[in-house]
Amino acid sequence: MNPGFLDILRTLLAGAATAAQVAVGAVVIALAGGLLLALAIVFTRSNALRLVIGAYVEWMRNVPALAHLFVLYFGLAAVGVRFSPLGAAVLGLGLVGAAVLADVFASGLRALHAGQREAALAAGLTPAQALRYVLLPQMLRLTLPSIGNYASQLIKDTSIASAIAAPEIMFYARNLVTSTFQTPLIYGGAILLYACIVLPVSSAFAFMSRRLEVGR
Amino acid sequence: MQEALLTVNGLKKRYGAAEVLKGISFDLKRGETLSLIGPSGSGKSTCLRCLNFLERPDEGEIVLEGERIGRLGSRFMSDRELAPQRREIAMVFQLFYLWPHLTVRDNVALAPIKAGGMSRAEAYELAEAMLEKVHLGHKADEYPERLSGGQQQRVAIARALAQKPKLILFDEPTSALDPELVGEVLGVIRELADEGRSMILVTHEIRFARDVADRVIFMDGGHVVEQGRAREVICHPQKDRTRAFLGQIGEAGAAEPAR
Repeated sequence: MNPGFLDILRTLLAGAATAAQVAVGAVVIALAGGLLLALAIVFTRSNALRLVIGAYVEWMRNVPALAHLFVLYFGLAAVGVRFSPLGAAVLGLGLVGAAVLADVFASGLRALHAGQREAALAAGLTPAQALRYVLLPQMLRLTLPSIGNYASQLIKDTSIASAIAAPEIMFYARNLVTSTFQTPLIYGGAILLYACIVLPVSSAFAFMSRRLEVGR
Repeated sequence: MQEALLTVNGLKKRYGAAEVLKGISFDLKRGETLSLIGPSGSGKSTCLRCLNFLERPDEGEIVLEGERIGRLGSRFMSDRELAPQRREIAMVFQLFYLWPHLTVRDNVALAPIKAGGMSRAEAYELAEAMLEKVHLGHKADEYPERLSGGQQQRVAIARALAQKPKLILFDEPTSALDPELVGEVLGVIRELADEGRSMILVTHEIRFARDVADRVIFMDGGHVVEQGRAREVICHPQKDRTRAFLGQIGEAGAAEPAR
C-alpha cells in the first residue's frame, strides 16, 4: 500500500519542524556571534585579534558546511565530545553563519560615516550608547538585504544536517524513498516544502528592507 | 576683568611628521563669540576638534570654568569618561551628521534622553522648543533626508542647543551648503550670538566673522598669527600674513554675486 501525496507531506512536515529548529538556533548564534566579531574587527586596536578573527572568518567560509558538521559530529565524538545530531547542526551552521555575518556587519559598520559616531560622542553619548542608538540601527538597515539572503541560504542548508542523521526534511524524504520508491513524488514534495518556507522568509526581508528605506 | 569660560594653553598636535598645531593659546570669555579664520590646512578645524577631544592634542591644556578637562592625571580620558564633559561643549559639524534613521525630533531629543536623563516627554518638549528657535518647529516629524542642507544644519544647531552646553563649537557650518542656503544658517548663528551664547566658529565667511564675532583669531601653519577684536583684525590687520590672506579672500568675495 503506497502512501498518498498528503501522507508524504505529513511525514515531511515533521522534518520541517526539525529544520526550523536548526535554522532558528543557528540564526541566533550567527547573529550574536557575527555582531560580536564585527564589533571586534571594527573597533579593536589589537592587530593580533583582528588577524585571528580574519583567519576564523576565512576558514569557516572556505570549507564546506558539511565538513564542519562532520568534524563536530564525528570528529569530536572520536575524542569524547558528543553532540546530538540537532546540536551539532545548530552549532555548525551557527558558527559558519557567524563568520558570514561578521563580514556583512563589519562592512555595514564601515560604510557609516565616522561623523555619525563623532556627532553622537560630541552630544555626550558614551561609546556604548552611540553604538546602540546611532550605529547599530543604521547598520542593521543597511545590511538587512544581506541578512535576508543569509537566512534563505541557511534554511536551504539545514538539508545537509540529514548527513549526520538529524531528522529534517531530506532525512525523512530519503527514508520514505527507500521504503516506498515513490521517488519523484517524495522529492517533489520536499522541494515544494522548502519553497513554501523560504519564499515567505525572503519576501518578508524584502518587504522590511523596502519599508525601512521609505522610512528614512 | 571677567573670568574666562575657556582657556586653551599651548595646544600642540602632530600627525606623523606633520605638526598641525604648534602651540595654540587663547581665552574665551563667557558670552563671547570667537571666530577662527585662516587658510585651509592652517589647523583651525583640528584646533576646534581638540577642544572636545575628538582629536587628542599631544600637548597643552584645555580649561573649562577653571577645571582642566579631558585628562585624568597623566592620561587622556576614554570616550566613555569624556561623555559628561562633552555634554558641556556642543559641536556643529560641516556635514551636519544628523542621524538619518531618526526623525528630526528624535535627533534633537536623543542626547537629552540618553545622556541627560530626561524623560521622553520632557525631551520632546525641549526638542520642539529648540526647533522653534531655529525656525523649524514644523519639521519635527520629518526625516533629515527630506530637508534641505540649510534646514539640516539648523536641526544640527537645535540638537547642539538641546545639550544645554556652556559652549558651542561650529566647524565650518556653511561650507557644505549651496550659496542660497548659507544665509538662513548664518542668520540662526547670529541670533545665538546676540543672545550672548559662548561660541567658537571656524569659518570662511570673513564678512560674517567681522560682523558677528566679538574676537577673531587668524591662524596659519599651526600658529596663531594675529588675534584681536573682529573688526580690527579683519579691517586693519597688523601682520603681513593676515593681510595677504584677507586680500585673497577679499578678491574671491568681490567676484561672488551679492547675497
